[in-house]
Amino acid sequence: MDFSYTEEQTLLRNSVAGYLADKYGFEAWRKFTRGDDGRDPVHWKQFAELGLLAAPLPEVYGGLGGSVIDASVILEEFGKALVVEPYVPTVIVAGGLIARAGTEAQNQEWLNRIATGDTMISFAFAEQGGRYNLADLQTTAKKQGTSYMLNGQKAVAIAAPWADTLLVTARTAGGRRDEKGVGVFLVDKNAKGVAARDYPTVDGARASEIAFENVEVPAERLIGPADGGFALVDQAVDEAIAAHCAEAVGCMKVLLAATVEYSKTRKQFGQPIGKFQALQHRMADMFVHVEQSVSIALMAALKLGGPERRKSVSAAKVQIGKSGRFVGQQAIQIHGGMGMTDELSVGHYFKRLTMIDALYGNVDHHLKRYAAS
Amino acid sequence: MDLSFSPEEEDFRAEVRACVAESKPKLPRAMGAPEAATRTRDDYMAWHRLLYKKGWIAPHWPKEYGGTGWSVTQRYIFNEECARAEMPPVVIFGLNMLGPVLYTFGSEAQKKRFLPRILSGEDWWCQGYYEPGSGSDLASLRLRAVREGDHYFVNGQKTWTTLAQYADWIFCLVRTNPDVKPQEGISFLLIDMKSPGVSVKPIIVLDGAREVNEVFFDNVKVPADQRVGEENKGWTYAKFLLVNERTGIANTARSKQAVVRLKEIARAEQDDGVPLIETPDFARKIAELEIELAALEFTELRTLAAEARGEMAGPESSILKIRGTEIQQRITELAEEAVGYYAFPYERGLGANDYVGPDYALGAAGRYFNMRKASIYGGSNEIQRNIIVKAVLGL
Repeated sequence: MDFSYTEEQTLLRNSVAGYLADKYGFEAWRKFTRGDDGRDPVHWKQFAELGLLAAPLPEVYGGLGGSVIDASVILEEFGKALVVEPYVPTVIVAGGLIARAGTEAQNQEWLNRIATGDTMISFAFAEQGGRYNLADLQTTAKKQGTSYMLNGQKAVAIAAPWADTLLVTARTAGGRRDEKGVGVFLVDKNAKGVAARDYPTVDGARASEIAFENVEVPAERLIGPADGGFALVDQAVDEAIAAHCAEAVGCMKVLLAATVEYSKTRKQFGQPIGKFQALQHRMADMFVHVEQSVSIALMAALKLGGPERRKSVSAAKVQIGKSGRFVGQQAIQIHGGMGMTDELSVGHYFKRLTMIDALYGNVDHHLKRYAAS
Repeated sequence: MDLSFSPEEEDFRAEVRACVAESKPKLPRAMGAPEAATRTRDDYMAWHRLLYKKGWIAPHWPKEYGGTGWSVTQRYIFNEECARAEMPPVVIFGLNMLGPVLYTFGSEAQKKRFLPRILSGEDWWCQGYYEPGSGSDLASLRLRAVREGDHYFVNGQKTWTTLAQYADWIFCLVRTNPDVKPQEGISFLLIDMKSPGVSVKPIIVLDGAREVNEVFFDNVKVPADQRVGEENKGWTYAKFLLVNERTGIANTARSKQAVVRLKEIARAEQDDGVPLIETPDFARKIAELEIELAALEFTELRTLAAEARGEMAGPESSILKIRGTEIQQRITELAEEAVGYYAFPYERGLGANDYVGPDYALGAAGRYFNMRKASIYGGSNEIQRNIIVKAVLGL
């Protein structure tokens, strides 16, 4: 057993943190998230330059062959800066899924494109009425000759307005919630029959409602077996959850530090509010939540490759969901009226943590999955 | 980062498992959980003596003083195997509390005189910290020690002294200077319980056990060479001891085993013909408990790893204390809830070996009542929050 970061991981952390502190400060963030495009395209290019997009991908396809801990390090720093770019959908979900199930040709093409920043992929898996069940799909993909014909609708495809490609789950066979009969496709966002309604999300990103009407997807864009995609998606989503847990840890660390700092400067009744024990103990509890989150995020990452993957990931998602809400809510409370303002970063971390709880299944969903596995 | 065990570590696990399996039948029956009330001093010491013979009694001590020289991982494996086999806990006052104080701050003569007898189990130590007026505000303690020549004369009282009825010795925080800031007039004295003037009076707690005592000192004469470290510097040693105490207090390995037991109860109990463990409400409670415990286990591992890197246990040990005890309390609370009506029988009101209800219900209520102590002792959980606030958050 070993719980230390390698020297390379520490260097990686410093390089990500350094770049974000320099170029991705809160004021810059506020500006570009409110711009027409919602982001500054230079960052994705820079993430590629820094090797972040290649980090967890296999070396033979242009990656750096990094570990899940490398990804956690990157995501924690992304969480501290509220990074809106779709690192998890593109690199962790699509990259991971293709590396695991893709053909040689698919790996060559897509992993290299991901690593170099040449593609941005949105994961279009959610559907209205499907809630958190990844197999609850009404979108269909019917084999027609050498292609698949895609029909249906996807909900809240995060980062889709920026993406050139959609990773789509669709029903190739079976009934609405059957795990068998799920296929995974890489769909060109500009393909004929794809219609997107774009909108901003509460946590500063962008998303789309997407409709597919007789969209023709060539067979070489199917990843993995036509009806056996569920296990692939289930695993990729678990890896995404572990990554988002690290991101949430980053958000929580910022909130705790900001709250403690604020309580030292804000004065009421003639003294800093940080001198009041009611607030002190709440901040001590925030600290306990942050540390427990650090621990469980680490556990989830380290157990991703093992037999307890589903159980540990659900455990982490539950803990992070609860802790994220506690830390976020208390940060707002202790900041008082200031915590309610759009101008302060505190509220934006709170909103991001709230969305991370909803993403890929909230506390209730994962408690159920934990108990069942 | 890596969770796997090396082949050498797996060999070590097998060795521990074998030792545990061989030792268990040799332990007195009274070391089973239900018989806690009737345990004698010999019952408590049986496992200690076997471990001592094996050379495994002090895994956390430096090798030169009789420690095992195990790595953090080995200690983790050892704790896990002992917990899984439900081996009785080893009495901690000498081993975990006083021992580290002595080898860190004690004189050569004190180390030679006391450490070997702690290891062998010849001396049973108890902890003389708290007083009727000094609980969370420990530094306000008043047990007076006045120096006359080569001796101190000690007058006053300690309380909440766990298992003092078995103790040969007590390590005491005493007031040697009443005229300065409370923290600056405390000394750390080792007192023979057989000294004239020492008397012990039982306190019966919620589960009916005589677990703690009051200890009275009436002009007790203590040789000055039984003071640890410098006069009036006792607060430093006292705090050192408390930090050490807190690190072991989480004991996630034991809690994991306790959850295994809890789930057995919940499988056996029926609710409308359905095993309790399958009812959504109870299943959810167990899942939440297990998840909190998993997070704590990794916090404990992170702390141990930091320790292995040479970083001293610090205020982070307060997290282990807070969450560790809350989880222990939650486990006993759910067990009490699970047994339903069989929480009622008062075991102390029955004869020895005379039980009612299913075996698994035995002691469930008592343990729940008893474990309310966990968030109070070792520095109450509110005090732990104060420590985090001051030492970590800098408020």
